[in-house]
Amino acid sequence: MDDKLIIKGIEFKSRLWVGTGKYKDFEETAKAIEASGADVVTVAVRRTNIFDRKSANLLDFIDPKKYKILPNTAGCYTMEDALRYARLARETGVSDLIKIEVIGDEKTLFPDACATLKATEILAKEGFIVLPYINDDPVMALRLVDAGAAAVMPLAAPIGSGLGIRNPYNIKIILEQAKVPVVVDAGVGTASDVAIAMELGCDAVLLNTAIAGAQDPITMAEAMKHAVLAGRLAYKAGRMPRKLYATASSPIEGML
Amino acid sequence: MKLKINGTDSEMQDGITVSRLLETLQIEPARVAVEVNLQIVKKCNFDDHILKDGDSIEIVNFVGGG
Repeated sequence: MDDKLIIKGIEFKSRLWVGTGKYKDFEETAKAIEASGADVVTVAVRRTNIFDRKSANLLDFIDPKKYKILPNTAGCYTMEDALRYARLARETGVSDLIKIEVIGDEKTLFPDACATLKATEILAKEGFIVLPYINDDPVMALRLVDAGAAAVMPLAAPIGSGLGIRNPYNIKIILEQAKVPVVVDAGVGTASDVAIAMELGCDAVLLNTAIAGAQDPITMAEAMKHAVLAGRLAYKAGRMPRKLYATASSPIEGML
Repeated sequence: MKLKINGTDSEMQDGITVSRLLETLQIEPARVAVEVNLQIVKKCNFDDHILKDGDSIEIVNFVGGG
């Protein structure tokens, strides 16, 4: 069954996208990502350690030839900072993809919608493939598509909260209206949350803490791989209608 | 000359290029992006860009993130 996710001509092998934060070490990061089957890997842009040059580099463990690197602008609170981080990320020469994340509130880490919109517009014009992290707001999703977003990435719940999809109806509206792929980004906690996102018809799920914060990250990574596949297949298959009362599965005919 | 590198005051040889600075710091140029006084220096210009006394330099790379 040909069911490939394609964004701006880029073909994605997996509908599971994973972050690289919060792992014990780079070895565990590499093992978890391998087990997840993901081919998109998010990374953050930070100062190079200029004092300890023996410290390992993430890209020694995550081969950019094997994975699509999706740099983020995490930690940015203004449009200007997001632009600066995005441009630096592209300058490394690894990727034209950028996850725009402009935080509007420290406690919830909810995105600043206005700054996200402006940054998306500017970076899309500069040729970036812009994937903005947004609230589960259908109107914002449309505005971002108009601004040139290659996909929209509504949150399921606050980053790192593990609460799962809090508003599946808004996600459904975004799916119906947005003319670009929809990637649920942030807030999923376990495999069933991922399956629900995929059953709704989302094009992919991006997660980090749900794997890195599990008791056994490698096993959870494998669970997530199956959840994405199961959810996607269920969506393609089309679920049965919900009914209030029972319908027997065994025939009455032939009973004694 | 004095340079500010990733927020830290450093003393470097006069007139060195970005390439030479990275070499001195034992940083692999392929893995980083460099900004001098808030302006990005493209990799193809690392060999030619001569640093001046008082320049503020940022050298960044990718780390784990979500």
